[in-house]
Amino acid sequence: MHIMEGFLPVQHAIGWTLASAPFVACGLYSLKKRIRQNPEQRMLLGVATAFTFVLSALKLPSVTGSCSHPTGTGLGAILFGPAAMAPIGLVVLLFQALLLAHGGLTTLGANTFSMAIVGPFAAAGLYRLARRLKRSFALSIFIAASVADLMTYVTTSIQLAWAFPDPVGGFAGSFVKFAGIFAITQIPLAISEGLLTVVIFNALKRFNAKELHDMNVDRQAEVPA
Amino acid sequence: MKRHQNILLLLAVVLLALLPLWLIRAPAPDADGHPIEIFTGADDKARDLVGEINPDYKPWFKPLMEPASSEIASLLFALQAALGAGFIGYYLGVSVARERMRREQEQDKPAEKEARVH
Repeated sequence: MHIMEGFLPVQHAIGWTLASAPFVACGLYSLKKRIRQNPEQRMLLGVATAFTFVLSALKLPSVTGSCSHPTGTGLGAILFGPAAMAPIGLVVLLFQALLLAHGGLTTLGANTFSMAIVGPFAAAGLYRLARRLKRSFALSIFIAASVADLMTYVTTSIQLAWAFPDPVGGFAGSFVKFAGIFAITQIPLAISEGLLTVVIFNALKRFNAKELHDMNVDRQAEVPA
Repeated sequence: MKRHQNILLLLAVVLLALLPLWLIRAPAPDADGHPIEIFTGADDKARDLVGEINPDYKPWFKPLMEPASSEIASLLFALQAALGAGFIGYYLGVSVARERMRREQEQDKPAEKEARVH
């Protein structure tokens, strides 16, 4: 999902940066507040960041014959709320843009929007929805994390199709092409991400039941809306 | 049971990663005899597609710093994964030990009471 450095026209680069900025600011504010109130959650925040670091470094082969990587943002979005993942995802993307020439500074806004905003919001929303529909804890996590992963790549396809519409097919034609590269490749990886997120939550539930309980993760959807 | 579930889940992840390697075979070389590479990055393919859709597009910014070679790049990716995995391992290790100590303490407490009665 990393749009490469310089591969978005200037207006798009600026537009996506402006679109991402308020989410990052909002996320920073909510994280600061949370850590001030619950300093003991700092370690778990580190785990959410670390999970994104690991998963976005894992380039896995897919059935389309190309390689891509999961995003790992579902875990943090379910634990800390979707906004919190915006600054965390930004840190990971910045690391990759500066040190690995993977993604870039001019495309940082667009990449943040797909990986650190759309993905986490999809994850948090789907998790709540699945819990409200009385799905099991593990299934809810799986659906949230895997669909969030996929949505990130769909967003990247939309961003590229918008910037580079097909001369014949226009936006739609271009979207189909980019989605063919990103979204189809991502399906098995999204499943892997969902499974790995369930593994982590199983471990947290077993050894950190109190923290999860304090963070309302287990109950959050049982309260009727 | 939960432990069992995690092992099965991890196994499924490994299978999902291995299956494509086994299913996908490199296609025959193209007309010029160049072999077609498989399992390249989706990001690179998207870059090539941009060039196809709009051949006139010129990237207007270059990365400030690029890894000196693909070896260095894989070193940095490995480092990124190692840092993350190290932290998660540390946290889970601490959590497991803490949980075990808590349980042991709970087991000891009733024993202490009994000892006091006698």
